[in-house]
Amino acid sequence: MDSSEATEPRFDYGAFSFASKSEVLAKAKEFWNPDKTQFWSDAGIPLVIDRREEYFIYDMSGKRLIDVHLNGGTFNLGHRNAEVVQAVTLAMQHFDIGNHHFPSLARTALAEALVASAPPGIGKVVYASGGGEAIDIALKTARHATQKRKIISIVKAYHGHTGLAVGTGDDRFSKLFLSDRPEEFPHVPFNDLEAMERELRGRDVAAVIMETIPATYGFPLPDPGYLEAVKSMCERYDALYIADEVQTGLMRTGELWGITKHGIAPDILVTGKGISGGMYPIAAVLLNERCAGWLREDGFGHISTFGGAELGCIAALKSLEICVRPETRSMVHYIADFIGAGLRRIQAEHPDWFVGIRQNGVVMGLEFAHPQGAKFVMRHLYDNGVWAIFSTLDPRVLQFKPGILLKPELAEELLDRVEVGISKAWREVRGARGRLR
Amino acid sequence: MSETVELATQPLGIPRGRAMLERAEWAGRAFARYDAPTVRRIVAAAAEAGAARSKELAEQAVAETGFGVAEHKVIKNLACSTGLLETYGDHDYVSMRLDPAGKIVEIPRPAGVVLALTPSTNPVATVYFKILIALMTRNAIVISPHPYASRVCAEAARTMADAAVAAGAPDGAVQWVEEPSIPLVSALMTDPRTDVIVATGGTAMVRAAYRSGNPAIGVGPGNVPVLVDRTANLQRAAQRIVDSKSFDNSVLCTNESVLIVEEAVADRLLQHMRHAGAYLLSDPERDQVRAALFPDGHFDIRFVGKDAAWVAEQAGVRVGPRTRVLLAPFDLPVPEEMLAHEKLCPVLGVLRVPSAARGVEAASAILRIGGAGHSAAIHSEDPHTIMSYGAAARVLRVAVNVGNSLGSSGIETNLAPSMTIGTGYFGRSSVGENLQPEHLVNWTRLAYNAEATEVMADFSGLSPWRAPAGPVPAYPLASNAGQQPVAPVASAPQRDQVDELREEIRRLIVDELREIIRG
Ligand SMILES: Cc1ncc(COP(=O)(O)O)c(C=O)c1O
Repeated sequence: MDSSEATEPRFDYGAFSFASKSEVLAKAKEFWNPDKTQFWSDAGIPLVIDRREEYFIYDMSGKRLIDVHLNGGTFNLGHRNAEVVQAVTLAMQHFDIGNHHFPSLARTALAEALVASAPPGIGKVVYASGGGEAIDIALKTARHATQKRKIISIVKAYHGHTGLAVGTGDDRFSKLFLSDRPEEFPHVPFNDLEAMERELRGRDVAAVIMETIPATYGFPLPDPGYLEAVKSMCERYDALYIADEVQTGLMRTGELWGITKHGIAPDILVTGKGISGGMYPIAAVLLNERCAGWLREDGFGHISTFGGAELGCIAALKSLEICVRPETRSMVHYIADFIGAGLRRIQAEHPDWFVGIRQNGVVMGLEFAHPQGAKFVMRHLYDNGVWAIFSTLDPRVLQFKPGILLKPELAEELLDRVEVGISKAWREVRGARGRLR
Repeated sequence: MSETVELATQPLGIPRGRAMLERAEWAGRAFARYDAPTVRRIVAAAAEAGAARSKELAEQAVAETGFGVAEHKVIKNLACSTGLLETYGDHDYVSMRLDPAGKIVEIPRPAGVVLALTPSTNPVATVYFKILIALMTRNAIVISPHPYASRVCAEAARTMADAAVAAGAPDGAVQWVEEPSIPLVSALMTDPRTDVIVATGGTAMVRAAYRSGNPAIGVGPGNVPVLVDRTANLQRAAQRIVDSKSFDNSVLCTNESVLIVEEAVADRLLQHMRHAGAYLLSDPERDQVRAALFPDGHFDIRFVGKDAAWVAEQAGVRVGPRTRVLLAPFDLPVPEEMLAHEKLCPVLGVLRVPSAARGVEAASAILRIGGAGHSAAIHSEDPHTIMSYGAAARVLRVAVNVGNSLGSSGIETNLAPSMTIGTGYFGRSSVGENLQPEHLVNWTRLAYNAEATEVMADFSGLSPWRAPAGPVPAYPLASNAGQQPVAPVASAPQRDQVDELREEIRRLIVDELREIIRG
């Protein structure tokens, strides 16, 4: 701890207090996660989020950042969205988590609303407390429905770190815990239909699970027709199609569910993150009738005390309602158009550095001409008041995820800051290269 | 149970309303960069769509509100759709204006988001009017109609909105509140996203608009005196006053309220008015009508926009079914005389005066009671009387030898045709003219050094504005969208394939340009 700090606690949150940011960091290392804490310090992002509102987060130092990471869309509607806060606060006067064994008011209401919002064919909803659990439910459901075990996913896919979900993702996270099961979880390269068909041909596959746009891989866009072809292969080889809409759902592509832009009616659709309104954890798995068999056979098949906690259902109902407003959809189109055009202008100024924009609505990946390019940009954006995160599984690419309720003036400010951040990152990278030569 | 009910009644309307303003802000920003030909196309499309439904919506307005006369509303609806197009056809609120002599260039800058409050008495025409002047000036507009007329106003707004967007207007440039309420309207009025409020309605609402902290153009109620002097053509004056007073069953703020007539010609004028369809109430009948209209010293809104026969029947007075106006004589234009107040039905107060000069004073007395800054009418051939009337009455327009309802609203005079009458400083308003497009646009002035040695550059032919390349905003296709656009499944709204194609072509061009830039 820094001895020069005042003894009086400067950061008093009622339930706890800290004398300084350095105390938080030291204790985070000691009691929480030493590697992660160190990682961000090393990366030049010494962020401990304190105050948060709308699309702003504030470091303990008071530094303001425009949030275009949004925790993968968790803060789609902004931080502490006033409507969601109000809904949850009011609900607390009547509801709590609820008893997951009984039919429940809020769970039923949300299920009905989700089904009404869903692509054709969806008829049932199962709840989880987070995205990973929801993915596990989806995979278990697919196995039950098909009585097959194999799950195909994409190389560099990310569906969460729970028991089954982790098997669909990068080895880095499964091997660490001796949880890789390659025989049950084959991975095929993205946008490679031949590889997909090779795996499916044996007809021993329960499901293909697809992020509609693979987020942690830096949002590489599916080639036109790719997802559609995968879906029809699934039909041909009797595998289910699971759409992971955790990051692409809830209007982020300009339609409520990104998968509908491909004309695909998935067998299972998974939503998480943003459905919580950023206020109360909840995730949901949407099933078509074929997949809903276990809910008739043994409804206690998946038990989760917190899954579909009723306060979470209230947060979700409100978040869903905000997302489906015609005004919201229209604004997302404006924001996507405006930010897209702005980024293309910035790109035109840095053609050798800022080499690609992957965009579908406000889901965006910015590509830079350096294997770790996005880390440079992330740091310079941070210095310039913007928080965007690099793609863990492709650090050339910066994930850039503006909120769906972004206001015009903030959108302009964001672009101003991004322009400067990208230029400065370029100067740094170019300078380093110069020195190397 | 009660708790559950409480949970279920969180006001949905206010957040939705705020979302509308937010969407309008995006739309307004895009719209403010449109070029003149595109704007003309949009305005024409909206006006024509409005005109095409003028009859249907006139009937719907009467059915919903119970006010007014459908065939009269048709006239107003046409005047406020294709009529405005004719009036402002050669006006341009989009192109820059050049003043080479003064070395000034003026660039039009729209307000942005217009919040329009519209009345129940004149619903469709006011909605049409405000939408068109907003579109002419490249503003986004959100209509908040009076709750009594919310359905027909929504229909009217939707009609113009759809046509405008189909003609290229930005998505959300025209929006409307489906379920207006007082808390919602106050939330919209005080919202920082509202750039200007254009309020037509009751005094309370207009004052609230001014108090909101946002710029506001509010217009107050009328209480129209009409003076007929001995020089007037009595037959024509009689016909015009009866036509005007009965127009739309007198729901307009421009319908005459009190007839002031010079004693010498009073009997003859009233006789002509009887021929034209007016019924002169006897004193007991007058008392019955007064008691019915103002049961507790306030106008009973049951009578708003009802026809003369119905009003008479309710008051227990027997009149013929063809009666268009009830004439209610009284002696003293003072506040406690209820007949000297505004009456939103075809009851016309009648006051006899010994001379034209007394008539001018009586008109001023009527305007002290209500309607300051609004309008007055006179039927006279004597320029002295007309001038002294205009100089004395605290109004900002005087309709001469024409019915006031369509005269002061610019439909039968050469004033700016308007459903919104600025009452100026007399009426505690910021605008003294009839509301017109000019009021919704500011101008950025590029002002050169006045010294002769500093020469102004040649701006001719320059324009900062552009025609949009496709729908605004562009549909968010994936940035690698290829050659085979896929039809979205049912839950995703269908998009026009042509739009998508256009967008794709635009994108290809952009890509090509980028390649060229990269060299
Ligand atoms: C696409 C996708 N699916 C699933 C998950 C897992 O969600 P959670 O972290 O809530 O378990 C994530 C989280 O980043 C994700 O991005």
